[in-house]
Formats: sequence, C-alpha cells, structure tokens
Amino acid sequence: MKGYDSVEIMAVSAARALKDGQVVFAGAGMPLIAAVAAQKMHAPSLTILFEVGAVAPIVEIGRIPSSANESRSAYGSVMFPTTTETLLFCHRGFVDVGFLGGAQIDKYGNLNSSIIGSWDNPKLRLPGSGGANDIASCTRFMVVTLHEKRRFVDKVDFITSPGYLQGGESRREAGLTVGGPLKVISNLGILGFDSEKGEMVLEAVHPGVTSEEVCENTGWDLLIADDLKVTEPPTSEELELFRLLDPERRFLKVK
Amino acid sequence: MESRIALRGRIAINQNISYFPKYEETWTEVNYKNKGMRDKRVSLKEAAQIIKDNDHVALGGVQYSRVPIAMVRELIRNGRKNLTISRALMSFEADFLIESGVMKKAVTSWLSGAVTYGVSPIVRTYVESKRAEFEEWSNLAMGFRYMAGAMGISFMPAKILLGSDIIKQLGLKTMDCPYTGDRYVLIPALNPDVAVIHAQRADKFGNTQIDGMNVMDVEMAKAARRVIVTVERIVDNEEIRRSPELTKIPFFVVDAVVEIPYGAFPFDCFGCYEPDHQHFRDYYSGFKTAQSVEENTREYIDKYFLKPETFEDYLELFGVRTIIKHSIGGSK
Repeated sequence: MKGYDSVEIMAVSAARALKDGQVVFAGAGMPLIAAVAAQKMHAPSLTILFEVGAVAPIVEIGRIPSSANESRSAYGSVMFPTTTETLLFCHRGFVDVGFLGGAQIDKYGNLNSSIIGSWDNPKLRLPGSGGANDIASCTRFMVVTLHEKRRFVDKVDFITSPGYLQGGESRREAGLTVGGPLKVISNLGILGFDSEKGEMVLEAVHPGVTSEEVCENTGWDLLIADDLKVTEPPTSEELELFRLLDPERRFLKVK
Repeated sequence: MESRIALRGRIAINQNISYFPKYEETWTEVNYKNKGMRDKRVSLKEAAQIIKDNDHVALGGVQYSRVPIAMVRELIRNGRKNLTISRALMSFEADFLIESGVMKKAVTSWLSGAVTYGVSPIVRTYVESKRAEFEEWSNLAMGFRYMAGAMGISFMPAKILLGSDIIKQLGLKTMDCPYTGDRYVLIPALNPDVAVIHAQRADKFGNTQIDGMNVMDVEMAKAARRVIVTVERIVDNEEIRRSPELTKIPFFVVDAVVEIPYGAFPFDCFGCYEPDHQHFRDYYSGFKTAQSVEENTREYIDKYFLKPETFEDYLELFGVRTIIKHSIGGSK
C-alpha cells in the first residue's frame, strides 16, 4: 500500500506525535481520529477528553462520532464531569496535549478562530473560541491544519488562542506561565517552535515536499531547522488503520 | 409572581458587560424568595411570562443536547424582544432567536451550526451587519462566570484569556495575586435574570434530575435570579427521595416546573430520544434554495413555531414515526 495523500500523512503525523500515558483534548474530526489511531497503535493508555464533559470515552472503529457534544457519542466514558469541571482539569494541569485549529495561525503560533477583518468591521464572523483559548492558555497544544498562505499569516487578525504572543518572553509576561504551542502539523510538513524566539521553525517536510514549497505557502520568512528532516512515510498498517477509522473520508477531507 | 426587587448597585464595567451587582444584591435576590417546598407546576405559557423583554436568559444544554426548544418556541410566539441569551456554546437555536428578533445579543464562547455546518448564514448576516451582537468569551470563562454567580461572588481569578484579544475586546481586568504575585484575569460573575433548563425529570417542587452530560446547567441555575425547569416527566417526590444522588438542582433553586414531553425535540434528551440529524440537514440545505438567508430561517420559524397552535401540533409536523425512531435510539 504505497499510495497515500497529503491529508493522510498529516493525520498519521498527528497520531505519531501523541505519547502513551498522555491525557489529550481531542474534538470531533481529525484530532479525534488521530487520538484513536494513537491508542490502537503505540499509546494504548492514552486518555481522550471531550471538552463538553467526558473522560475516557471508548471510541471504536465504525462508531466515530461527528460531534462530541452528546452523551451517546461519549459511549463508555468513566465520567461525565460538567463542562467547567472538564476544562478545570486542564487549568489544574492534568492535560498534556490539546488539539486546536483556526482560520489563521501566525509565526508565534497564535490562533484566530473569531473574526477575519477587525472586530468593528468584520469581513467574516467565525465560530469563536469555544474551549480553544482555555486549552491554549493552560496546556501544550498541537495544531493540525492545511498549509495555505491565507492561513499561515504574519499576524493574525485576532488572537483567539494565545501562542507565544509577540515572541520572546511575551507569553510569560502576559501571565501565561505554562503551556504553549508544541507542534504545527500540516499537509506539507511538521513545524516546531524556537525555544528563545518563540517563532515557528520548519523541522520536517513530508516525502516529496521541498522546503521552498513550504515557504511559498507561508506568509512570512519561515525559519528552517539546520537538520531539516523528512517525515517517515506512513506504513501500510498506519494507512489501513486510518482507512478503517474513516472509510468515507468524512473527517480526513481531501481539499 | 412577586414583583422584581429594585436592582441596586448595577455598575457598568464597560458596554459589553451590562451589569455587575454587589454581593448584598445577589444575596438578597434569592434570599427574598418563598423557599417553601410548594407545588410549582405551571403551563409553558405561564412559565414564559417569567421572562420579560430585555432580560438576560441562560439556556441549558448544548448544541444537540437538551436544548429547551419548547420554551424557545414559546418566547418566539410571544414576540419577546431584545433578550440577551447566554450558554456555553450556541448552535441552531441562535438562528431562530436572532431572526425572530427575540435575541439581540448572544453571550457565549462559540456560535456555529454544530461542528458540521460552520457558522450559519443567518448568524453571519446579522453579526457582520451589527444587527445582532455576539459577545465572545471562552468556554471555561462562561463556566467561571456561572460558577462565580452560583457562589454569589463577583469574579473568579483565572489563568485563561491572558494575552488574547478576547480579554481586550471585553475590557476585563487583571490582578497580581497578593500571595504569589501570579497574574490572573478576573472573570466577572454572571447572574442571569432567568435560567431555562430542560431535564429528564423533576418532582412538582422542582427537585430536578439530569441524566447524561450536565454541561453548565447546575451552576447556571444556581446563578440565576429565577429558574424555569422544563421536563420530560414530572415524577412523585418519593421517586426523587429514592435516588437523591441523581438530583442536581434542589427545589428551592427552582421557580417553575413545566412538564413537556419531547420538549427538546429535534434536539436530544439523553435516555429519552436522540437528535434528528436529518432535520438539521434539511434546514441547512434550505439555505441553498431560499431567495435569501433570512427567508429560509423565517420559513422555518413560521412552519414550526408560529403556525402550529400547540406544542403537540408542532410535534405532529415531525410525525409519530420520526419521533418513535429517535426515541428507540435514545432508550438504548
């Protein structure tokens, strides 16, 4: 099974980035698929949290919920805490990784899921934070997103969820003394963050992708790691698993 | 109903947060109530009279879950105006509340046609043209707001929103902890005028049991000045007393109890029925064929909320087969 597309390698990379024993926030869609795949592969004791209020739901092949906000979609959970209690687990420090998304991300990993344009003169109203700001404020987070110039912008129109803010010590100075962006996993490669500048760094490209191609699709002069790697292609076991989890590509949508 | 006590000490901290009452006021508002274990059963129509124009109304449930749609429908039928509505997350009900003119402002963390459909064309049209306001908080911030309200304190220190544009937009204050020096945002309490919760069961006194996910409903109820509970079934007080561990809201918090089976349909009520996803798909596909986005939602409001005289007439539009099909799923 050689053939795979860029969305599949993105999802596989997200699953690989999760470690056994972690507690993760994984909302409906690609994050949930990646977390379930990680459980089946290398992280059997990975715990999934649904923000609305579910601890360790059992998500089985063939029953991936399209929304995580109903009791029945959280089948097999060990607890239904309230939404506030669930997010407080994150506030307290019990959560290792949250998956976040957004219409825009900038070089410091700040995310915008609120508004395109300005607040007073909006071009496009987006859904809003939900728990994204809470997760970005209090835990390490990963962003899984398509790599497009209109998404990877120099400066987001609105900081819904804080990354390293204006870089350097600015996140800490704002009072956010824990957490922050960990990885950005796109359909072109994997990006981390420079520990001093807080700026995004291209760490790996997916097979067949050049660093030039990544830069062309990024809205600022992207830092590139000295030891730029190439992502290991998905194994046939990985691809088989993802195709079982999402046979109709409802969640791993091809653009 | 007793006349509302004069609200003193409302301090506007900025234009986005309308009032910020002092402890004595929030304490007095619930303390003055008749807290006897008395029969609070009323009709949906009578309960709807508790909600006045310009009130802040909090709605329990979330997205497809336990949305108190029977009361939403009643408010639309009554032509209630200029309400501020708050919830953890808002979804389809926002379309109906905005287009009918009932809701002028949404106070929530997320407003979208569930996850599947994205921000609805109606919400975009109204919010982008400023005919309706979406005051954006984070999900935990909403939780903290109701929690502070439920505790009777005026704010909660938290490690969220810091450094974001949400904090600037809302004009929230920060504070350095006098013990550790750590920086906190101070999330203001929210004490809604009325909370409306749809639950599986309550007794006639208002002892309310909620199965499945509780979302923020309990804190919301305790924070509110008045509480309306709509339930699938009113049960004997003895049934409540046999399993008091299932009771989430005690009677003295509740002002009115309405028995309204299928009061959340086509949304879900866990253990009773599941959401009718096809219904929402049909509503969204209407946006593609309607002459304007407003027309699609107006037609929906007309068909489901205005034309059917009673809630039973409303349920008949879905048909007994559809309702039974989703009830079988919900009973598993």
